[in-house]
Amino acid sequence: MSETKPVKYVNTPICVDFDYTPGKATSNFLRSIKKGQLIGSVCPDTGKVYCPPRSYSVETASPMTEIVELADTGMVYTFCIVNIKFYDQAQEVPYVSAYILLDGADLPIMHLIQECEVEDIRPGMRVKAVWRDESEWTESMENIKYFKPTGEPDAPVGEIMENIRSKSHA
Amino acid sequence: MRDIAIIAFGQTENKRTERLLNEAEMIAPVVGDLLKSVGLKRTDIGFTCSGSSDYLAGQPFSFVMALDALGAWPPINESHTEGETAWALYETWVKMQADEEIETALIYGFGRQSMGSPREVMTLMNNPYLEAPIQPDTISQAALQARVMIDKGIATEKDFAEVAVRNLKHAKSNPLAQCSGDFDAETLLKDPTIASPLRKHDCPPITDGACAIIMAAGDKARELCKRPAWIRGIEHRIDVQALGQRDLSECPSAKLAAEAAGVSKGKVDIAELHAPFTPQDIILQKALGLGDDTVINPSGGIHQGNPMMGTSLVRIGEVANRIINGEADRGVAHGSQGPCLQQNIVTVLEGE
Amino acid sequence: MAPDQTQEVALRADHKLEFPYVRATGPILGRFFTEIRDNGKFVGIKTSTGRVICPPVDVDPDSLEDLSVEDMVEVGTSGVVTTWSWLSEARPKNPLDKPFAWALIQLDGADTALLHAVDAGSEEAMSTGMRVKATFIDERKGNIHDIACFVPED
Repeated sequence: MSETKPVKYVNTPICVDFDYTPGKATSNFLRSIKKGQLIGSVCPDTGKVYCPPRSYSVETASPMTEIVELADTGMVYTFCIVNIKFYDQAQEVPYVSAYILLDGADLPIMHLIQECEVEDIRPGMRVKAVWRDESEWTESMENIKYFKPTGEPDAPVGEIMENIRSKSHA
Repeated sequence: MRDIAIIAFGQTENKRTERLLNEAEMIAPVVGDLLKSVGLKRTDIGFTCSGSSDYLAGQPFSFVMALDALGAWPPINESHTEGETAWALYETWVKMQADEEIETALIYGFGRQSMGSPREVMTLMNNPYLEAPIQPDTISQAALQARVMIDKGIATEKDFAEVAVRNLKHAKSNPLAQCSGDFDAETLLKDPTIASPLRKHDCPPITDGACAIIMAAGDKARELCKRPAWIRGIEHRIDVQALGQRDLSECPSAKLAAEAAGVSKGKVDIAELHAPFTPQDIILQKALGLGDDTVINPSGGIHQGNPMMGTSLVRIGEVANRIINGEADRGVAHGSQGPCLQQNIVTVLEGE
Repeated sequence: MAPDQTQEVALRADHKLEFPYVRATGPILGRFFTEIRDNGKFVGIKTSTGRVICPPVDVDPDSLEDLSVEDMVEVGTSGVVTTWSWLSEARPKNPLDKPFAWALIQLDGADTALLHAVDAGSEEAMSTGMRVKATFIDERKGNIHDIACFVPED
């Protein structure tokens, strides 16, 4: 053999196939988003609205049976600017990932912010979902391409988050 | 040593496939019912520990999502073991020995094998350089062990089938059992082998399920439960991983764990063995020193359900329940993980 | 509008969990794979009590001392089947894509066994104690896949 360098490494890739099921609450969320609708579940003890919905309250373990529809508008709670591509990354850099608190929800969801300069993004900035064409909607969060600024005055982020925190049982 | 007992055990029905619920949705009702049964609130629990496997769940950090089931607010005192849940119970026992402020604990385990192929997923527990890349499946590995027993004259294929017959018969009285019924060994032996000499009845079912146990210390246990199942010994040991370096007809680690846990210090009324494959049941009876006066696997053992990584906790729970309800005075629960009974944990439980 | 929450069937999706691991072999397993790749030979490792372990290990199970490349010794490419199982349907990524036997193979000169596949044609051709020899692939890369399988020795 021509190769004479001693072996120091072996490639041992792992690949396992799954027939994945996301559970009851997430299935209902994904079915709703296929219809262009965002939903949340309401904690019967704290009144907090969780989006995406869960079947049991994260804070009290009570069953959450009340489902509410949420707006596709909200505010930026926090964000980060990504400048480095990671493995298998589809998004062009730089891009902005943000926690967005939808109007009516008490827990932020993570999504992209586009159609604005990265340096202009700030907590409290009002944003709205930009949807794909209805013909492309599936049971996927990707039905929303990204969120973009609405141009409305900023929301009082500190006050809003404090209000949410006060709903938690001590 | 602090006296620590198991005061309650619960599990979901053992199902071949749970298509509707996710892990958190399976666990939450089990834990909720269990707390209610002993009159505790979730906030009364001093320590929480779980067992699961990310490869089985198909997602990294699956235990983080499972925590959604607990109402873990304000932030709770908790931990997790990546593996079989009997080891989470062991960690809890150690933690309760070290921290006297902890009076009660919750241990839960879960697995949804149906989403993946357990035979492929479990190959990942083998040596990642030499074995995992060529994917020796669990059934084939257990078959290598079975062959050694046959070659050494320790057991026959009929003996293996008799283990299945006994388990399936016992499972008839278990309302949550996945497989049960009356069979005879001669008929079972007419089935073709999957990996010779093993047939379908020698193998564990594929199960989706969740289970939970509540532990309590000293007077707290007596206050919450009429007849707690006291942990009189709990130990675990491990054998070398490579099958080619072991005498597969024996299980030295199970033997050492049983000795250290004090199995032989009294009569063993019942024993639940975590033997995924029937030949391993025979190996374990010998390693644990169990005699004819012990009822093996009154629940139906592995055949009643195999909610990996909860299976080992179910073994402990099934023994504890029979002590709590007065059916047995002293019992042994065994748990295992790794290829061909590599790691073994033995718990000795007693009523007062 | 009242959102739909009545459906009692979960969605499903194909999901692949993939990790592109690259593992350092360390000097001892590195030598094991190098010998297979370059010379089509197997090497084991000698413990303090004189046992030869193959595939080799980094730590002496008899003395718990670290072992080194100097402790490595050549073993045969043939050996004895110490136990086996006939797999009637090969699984994905197994060494063979037809029915075959998994076996523990104690190579000549070794005191422990290696887990690999035996291409024997039929279950009837398999027996404990039979002699088998290794076959290697042509384009060897220095990993376990360099061993094609074992075959019965003539």
